[in-house]
Amino acid sequence: MENLIEVSDLHKRFGSLVAVDGVSMKVARGEVLGFLGPNGAGKSTTMKMITGFLAPDSGSVRISGQELGANPIAAKSRIGYLPEGAPAYGEMTPATFLDFIGDIRGLAPASKQARIREVVAKIHLEGVLHQTIETLSKGFKRRVGLAQAILHDPEILIMDEPTDGLDPNQKHEVRQLIREMSPHKAIIISTHILEEVDAVCTRAVIIAKGKLLFSGTPPELAARSAFHNAVTLSVPAAMVDAVEKSLRAMPGVAGLEQGVGSDDHLRLTVLPKSGETLFPRIRQAADDAGWPVREMFVEGGRLDEVFRSITTSTAASAGGHRS
Amino acid sequence: MNRIGTLMRREFRGYFATPVAYVFIVIFLFLAGIFTFYVGNFYERNQADLEPFFRYLPWLYMLLIPAISMRLWSEERKSGTIELLMTLPVSLADAVLGKFLAAWLFTALALALTFPLWLTVNYLGDPDNTVIAAGYLGSLLMAGGFLAIGSCVSALTRNQVIAFVISFVICFAFNLSGFPIVLDFFRAWAPAVIVDTISSFSFLTHATSIQKGVIDLRDIVFFTSLIGFFLYANMLAIDARKSS
Repeated sequence: MENLIEVSDLHKRFGSLVAVDGVSMKVARGEVLGFLGPNGAGKSTTMKMITGFLAPDSGSVRISGQELGANPIAAKSRIGYLPEGAPAYGEMTPATFLDFIGDIRGLAPASKQARIREVVAKIHLEGVLHQTIETLSKGFKRRVGLAQAILHDPEILIMDEPTDGLDPNQKHEVRQLIREMSPHKAIIISTHILEEVDAVCTRAVIIAKGKLLFSGTPPELAARSAFHNAVTLSVPAAMVDAVEKSLRAMPGVAGLEQGVGSDDHLRLTVLPKSGETLFPRIRQAADDAGWPVREMFVEGGRLDEVFRSITTSTAASAGGHRS
Repeated sequence: MNRIGTLMRREFRGYFATPVAYVFIVIFLFLAGIFTFYVGNFYERNQADLEPFFRYLPWLYMLLIPAISMRLWSEERKSGTIELLMTLPVSLADAVLGKFLAAWLFTALALALTFPLWLTVNYLGDPDNTVIAAGYLGSLLMAGGFLAIGSCVSALTRNQVIAFVISFVICFAFNLSGFPIVLDFFRAWAPAVIVDTISSFSFLTHATSIQKGVIDLRDIVFFTSLIGFFLYANMLAIDARKSS
């Protein structure tokens, strides 16, 4: 695969604070990398170094095979970047702003106008095209930032929290847009919304305290969950105690959680010991004992729980970096 | 070159997107008129020249130019657009130069709008217009010097008020270093070399000789190298303080 972004052993410190501590990753064309981590984990700093805004203390960034530092202007012209908070010149309108971006990106006048029309239609900016950016809502500001980032149809797209501040419909649209563009580009998005990883990413990395803690596909990430392959079933509240007792006695069961249900039913989630598959066993038991099970399904794994366990278990050991 | 032009146009239009440009121009022209006709005794002197106007211009610039330059970089830093700008395919030198040229063009526009003074003096008498042209050239160079200082200072802070005050103080010092009060103070004890050095940094000394119609290469070199120095310092300031 053609790696458009190659980052190796990136370090950055601000005074005594270690912001990024040995991050390496590769993103190929066609990949959408979800960059996850708690606030202050070093996501934004890493992105700022990949886009050439900040110089790393050590380590290298290669853009389309070229060292970033060797020809920053060439590298920057291949990248579309949505910085954190989608900054834009407030006194400009989306129309004049995109025109400026098109000029500075060196688009020829004719193709620039066509491209602006195309992007404006794609991102639904028609209604606010001639309103100053400072008067726009947060969602529209974000979309102006997005339009700016994709205007020159870059092969590398880096977006710092692209859906932050958008309503659910707008989030859906932006994800749709990312999916549409993904076959031809290498994309990195940072987010702390985990559903986004499932929705658009082909790969996820998690960083905390500047260190890379996990890198893999979203299913691999989910597989780390204690809820991976867990079975949830709902039974009448009156029978819960009996059902719970026989489930706990079942081989391969690591634990049991009671959740809320509806109209006299309660949900039970049965956690497997690692590598065990519980579903056939539980179904058999339900059939044999004649439990009136209303629903029963296998969980893929809960991303937020994995995220929490990965980022907090190392927090204590990495805490020594802050002084 | 193209990119510098694009950056310059954006910045220049930015002045007119807010009332800043109009307020500045009106105040500048108003004060220029007061200094020329009342403080400078334009009529009483009974001479067909613009000397009273040019004499007070450095003081006017000292006050008003920091108001133009203060937003150049501190605004970018405050709103976060500096991150956008610096990840576009432009070099730091392009960005610094584009912004500086926009501000310079704006002061040139304000200066050009003092043309009624020139019309007045030509109507009332028969002035030496080459001296007046030289005066305008000298004033423009001086404005460039003040602007380069202000641009550099504005790169150091995200607060426009701080940028304004510090630029004002530095411009004041550059003006004052040519004044007899300052030079006499040094003359009393310092060797001539130091007195000359201090005096050679004076905007007034360099500007007044041009304004009297003497275009000395040394004065032009002084202002252009001063602009170059402060714009280079401007680049270093942005690079050093980008992340904060």
